[in-house]
Amino acid sequence: MTTERTVLVIDDEPPIRRLLRLTLEPQGYRVFEADNGQLGLQEAAARRPDVIVLDLGLPDMDGVTVLKRLREWSQTPVLVLSVRDREADKVAALDNGADDYLTKPFGTEELLARMRAVQRRAPEAQEEPVFVSGDLTVDLASRTVMVKKKEVHLTATEYALLRELVRHAGRVVMHAQLLRAVWGPNSENQSQYLRVYITHLRKKLETTTSGKLIQTEPGIGYRLLASE
Amino acid sequence: MTEPSRPNPDALLAEIQREEQSAKRGQLKIFFGMSPGVGKTYAMLEAARVQKAEGVDVMIGIVETHGRVETEALLAGLPIISRKKIEYRGVTLQEMDIDAILARRPALVLVDELAHTNAPGSRHPKRYQDALELLDAGINVYATLNVQHLESRLDVVQQISGVVVREAVPDSVLDQADEIELVDVTPDQLRKRLAEGKVYMGERAATASENFFREETLTALREMALRTTAEHVDQELRDVMRTKRIGAPWKSGQRLGVGVGPSPFSGQLIRWTRRIAAAMDAPWVAVYVETSAALNEDEKRRLTKNLSLARQLGAEVVMTTGDDVAGALLETAHQQGVTEIVVGKPFGNPLLESLRGGSLASRLIRRGGDIDVHVVSGATRMGARARRPWTQHIGMNLLRDCAVGVGAVVAATAVGWLLEGVTGYAAISLVYLLCVVLLAMALNRWAVLLVATLSALAWNYLFIPPIYTFRITSAHDLMMFSMFFVVALAMGHITHQLRTRETAERRRERRASALNRLLESVTASASLEDGLARAVREVDALFRSRTVVLLATAEERLEETPHPASTFSIDAKERAVAAWAFERGQAAGRFTDTLPDAQGLYLPLQTSKNKLGVMGVYFEGRDTWTLDENDLLETFAGQIAVMTESYRSIETVQQARVAEESERLHRTLLDSVSHELKTPLAVIGAATDGLDTVVKDAGLPLTETFLGEIKAANRRLNRIVTNLLDMTRIDSGRLPLNLEWGEVRELLESAVSQVENEVSRERVHITAPEELPLVRLDFGLMEQALCNLLVNAVEHSPTATPVEMSAQLDGGTLLLRIRDHGPGLAAGEEKKVFEKFFRGTGSRPGGTGLGLSIVQGIARAHHGDIDAENSPTGGAVFTIRLPVETTARPV
Repeated sequence: MTTERTVLVIDDEPPIRRLLRLTLEPQGYRVFEADNGQLGLQEAAARRPDVIVLDLGLPDMDGVTVLKRLREWSQTPVLVLSVRDREADKVAALDNGADDYLTKPFGTEELLARMRAVQRRAPEAQEEPVFVSGDLTVDLASRTVMVKKKEVHLTATEYALLRELVRHAGRVVMHAQLLRAVWGPNSENQSQYLRVYITHLRKKLETTTSGKLIQTEPGIGYRLLASE
Repeated sequence: MTEPSRPNPDALLAEIQREEQSAKRGQLKIFFGMSPGVGKTYAMLEAARVQKAEGVDVMIGIVETHGRVETEALLAGLPIISRKKIEYRGVTLQEMDIDAILARRPALVLVDELAHTNAPGSRHPKRYQDALELLDAGINVYATLNVQHLESRLDVVQQISGVVVREAVPDSVLDQADEIELVDVTPDQLRKRLAEGKVYMGERAATASENFFREETLTALREMALRTTAEHVDQELRDVMRTKRIGAPWKSGQRLGVGVGPSPFSGQLIRWTRRIAAAMDAPWVAVYVETSAALNEDEKRRLTKNLSLARQLGAEVVMTTGDDVAGALLETAHQQGVTEIVVGKPFGNPLLESLRGGSLASRLIRRGGDIDVHVVSGATRMGARARRPWTQHIGMNLLRDCAVGVGAVVAATAVGWLLEGVTGYAAISLVYLLCVVLLAMALNRWAVLLVATLSALAWNYLFIPPIYTFRITSAHDLMMFSMFFVVALAMGHITHQLRTRETAERRRERRASALNRLLESVTASASLEDGLARAVREVDALFRSRTVVLLATAEERLEETPHPASTFSIDAKERAVAAWAFERGQAAGRFTDTLPDAQGLYLPLQTSKNKLGVMGVYFEGRDTWTLDENDLLETFAGQIAVMTESYRSIETVQQARVAEESERLHRTLLDSVSHELKTPLAVIGAATDGLDTVVKDAGLPLTETFLGEIKAANRRLNRIVTNLLDMTRIDSGRLPLNLEWGEVRELLESAVSQVENEVSRERVHITAPEELPLVRLDFGLMEQALCNLLVNAVEHSPTATPVEMSAQLDGGTLLLRIRDHGPGLAAGEEKKVFEKFFRGTGSRPGGTGLGLSIVQGIARAHHGDIDAENSPTGGAVFTIRLPVETTARPV
């Protein structure tokens, strides 16, 4: 924990806020709390946290509204933490600027991993544009992909798809976003292509020992597992 | 410069619409000939055989071979739809079975002799109407037709051959034909064939040859057939040239008008106009001028017939009112842009005509301005039409009126006699004048004329000295007599006119007020039921009828039972008539061309957007149905349809609003319940996670065990809550499917990874063919279904036994199977396991009995299902069957 990071928890349930504080503080986070949307927005402006954990069911306004208002001026990563488990709710939150979505009840480890993922910068912006997760190594500068130190040959489309997943490693990437990035703006209904190429990618990248690298979020999108 | 070669957009549009319509409609090909025996049926059968050989699904609807051997030979190999037998007055008649054809739906049907009149009780009175319905249903039709049956040629044929042709086909049928094939032989050849007995058998041949088949007749008929075909070809050519931008003669801008009345001569005028209009390629209008003179039943019937003839022949029918027929005709002609008026040659008494300001023809010519007037001779040239006996001409009413008039004059004379002693003979004229004026208010105008004349004569003869002579000696008396005569005539005329105008006005008034009453009544209604009941009351009162209303369901099907507002109930047969009217959007039943034997007259209730139902009207003791009444009833039906539509749309909006509101409430409720239930679970979960490290670091094995128990219980509780909430969602019917393309294998694998905590990965064996195509499913829901099945499988089988999961595509059905190696299902539980809260024998405690119901709910939401059985080798097998869309694998 080199520098202290700050997190803003916007949730109306005191036990959840308390637990998050107890879980996050040992991980080096400084925790701010807000128990409603209005206060949450004020705190976000005043404290400028590194990451926001947002509940959708707030007493004064809906979490999605908070997201919309926040996104008018801030790019702070937001992880939604909610009991709503319908796909429509998840898609609505992601569409309105959430970076990831976790349903309650949640596992502590998972929460921490997601929080790290949403704060991670895109690899291009880093000094060293190389992504490593388990057996997989992707060098974005030289466009080489290696599994277990052996180079894997990908087609242009497969590589474009993988690059988009790598840029958001650990976070869910929605179908529409992947389609736009790989096939262009008018291809958002062609989800069957996406399925086929994901299958190809999996065959090429996943080995029996690596397990699932690309996770499916039914109805929403895919997530590339980011190991630490 | 480019102006003349630019196609007229209206013409293009009309052509496009015709093309679009004919794309849906069947194609009509008519084998057309000059007379029987030319070989139309033969030609038609030959053409049909060619089609059949090309693999077209050809069937014979009806073909009459008349025992001709050559023709019969051609029937071989063409399937025939057996005829329908209709009993009529003890005789069995055979007709084409249109319902059987519609049910069988061949690509092409042969219909011989379009002009045939169907047996009473058939759906349509005429066979050509059957053919039109087949075309509407998208079935192609080959048909035969002789020129003498063409409506517009009837008079001429009658004139040429002396044979009265009763079976007529409207020219519009020929116009609708996509193709006309003229079947032609020379009159000589035909007469030879007749002599050889190839046309008619035995004696019939001889009589036929003397009558219809004389050489002159045949030549004339042949010319007519050739010319008709040529005109048709010409018309087609013009249509083609016009749309394909070939510089073609444009419509002359002419528009013809013809006056239509109750006279039998009107029919001839209509046919004449139609012929000229077709030749000039001009549209035409038939105008009926309603005068104040009342029509008798016979005239009403003829008028209706004439107007429908005009409509059939393609005229636009316009109705107007006015006692000045010429003026009204001209006014309408100007409004309609008519350039030429067709009128009959006067055949009345020239003297009488001049009294009325000249015949209609001469008045039209005099006042017509720039409108051309065609005067067509009819009755005299025809020679066929005898003068009606004068009694019929004036009618029984007039006779009665005259008798009343004479009686009144006698009575006035008697009064005059009594008064003469007191007042002198001059004042008696006033008694007579009073009599004339009073009678003018009640009697026919000819009777009034008679009364005026009689009174003048009686006064002169009986009262003016010298009495008992018609002589008048003094200038004073002469003047009095003349003045009396003129005043009596004028008074009589004016009074009569006032009265007739008043009656006409009253009739219009009644009509307008009936419509008004309907509108007011309907507007005041509180609901659809109320509105319909009010409307039915108005219709019944106005037409002295009983009414049935059948509304349409949301799927545009007629409801089984009549609307409760109906005052007349119908049986299955009548209902079929109503259904026909509804489906075709045309009136059917009594007083129409379709199923006229029905008890009721059925009008569709429709607006430009929707088909809302049918209104049936049943009249007791009524033989005539005028166009006027029909118009009014149609207007009523239109208003009722509009009302029904507006109530319906209000209902739809309300239903949508209620549904939306309840949907919102439901979602809010579910959200808040899941919030309340899951928050504590989340807290427990996070807290135990937090304790984990502490406990491990401290090395407290007992606490660790307790913590494990808490975690397991928390997971179970969480699953139960999730199941309960899902069940609520499924039960409410609000389970929107989020269909997306995906891999089946991926689905199976992700389900396994979802339940890793409960089912160890090693226990599950997945088999799915590598080359399964992509399928469209709600992957989220389906994953949940599989998770539930996996958890169910491990709960009901010994630890460490494998669970087999397989996928397979069978046609369009995806089969997902999960098999365990436990004890299997107890007998009789195969269905029960899917019931809510059912706990199978031997289930472990703690389950909710909801898991499998949820799986079933999810499968059914995909229009599929699930079943359970015991495997012959032991263990239970659950199979989900889903009808799915699949893709050929792209790549």
